[in-house]
Amino acid sequence: MSEVEQLLRSALAPVDPPGALLDRLDHELTEITSAAAEQMADWELAAMKDPRNWAKPVTAGVVAGVAGTALVLVRARQRQRSSQAGGLRALEAGAGEVAAELRRRLRS
Amino acid sequence: MDPGNKRQLDEEFSALYRAHVRDVYSYAYYRIGNHHDAEDVTEHTFLQAYRHFERAQRESKGRPLRPWLIRIAHNLASNHRRDKARRPQTQLEDASVIPSSQDTESTFERRQELEEVLDGVAKLPNDRREALIMRFALDMDNREIARALGRTEGATKVLIHRAIKQLEQELGRAPR
Repeated sequence: MSEVEQLLRSALAPVDPPGALLDRLDHELTEITSAAAEQMADWELAAMKDPRNWAKPVTAGVVAGVAGTALVLVRARQRQRSSQAGGLRALEAGAGEVAAELRRRLRS
Repeated sequence: MDPGNKRQLDEEFSALYRAHVRDVYSYAYYRIGNHHDAEDVTEHTFLQAYRHFERAQRESKGRPLRPWLIRIAHNLASNHRRDKARRPQTQLEDASVIPSSQDTESTFERRQELEEVLDGVAKLPNDRREALIMRFALDMDNREIARALGRTEGATKVLIHRAIKQLEQELGRAPR
């Protein structure tokens, strides 16, 4: 790597997005996915009125699963912070946190 | 869409967001030159990406989606620049680049050196500057940059080579 390339590597260091932006994005993306999940749930309920669809998996599970997806977005910021702070261990902790939250939501 | 597919799609988008929000922000910041507008571009990039994610995934045929994401940011940043009709500023606002307080003589010199590099980058033609940002701030390879810029890999390699040569000349650091 040439001298200028080394300088470029230092001068153009990646920039962390501000926390306020991540909060805003988490919120907006969660709203979008939640709205989509609600539409999906309505569609599922309508479909269940048809006896031909009764053999399909229960709607509640589907709804809970889709709603859980929105949560993954909410947790994105915390996980990003964790991974920056502590590498793989923090990332695993973040994933565990999301899994626990999903389990909690599915139980409630 | 089948609910299972929808859930999987959202999870995959979530993973894409987590993996590349920093890339998109870095690209927007170095393209535009200030945090406020970089935030706007980053926000709109992901909202636009979400709307078109299913199609992009289908058409990518398993290839990484980072170039597609950066291309969206690239287009939005270009529109933004056209709207505001201003040159990007160069700055070292970000503290992670180099410390600004308690500078010793050597860190002060280092800081000046990096500012000169950023000034040089800002003076490059748009396509050369964009390619350098993708290469050095985002660590993208030629193939990814080519996809993001809509060029061939060969043309991208030449573009980056010329950008570095021009910068070496500008900075008076051409290898002898």
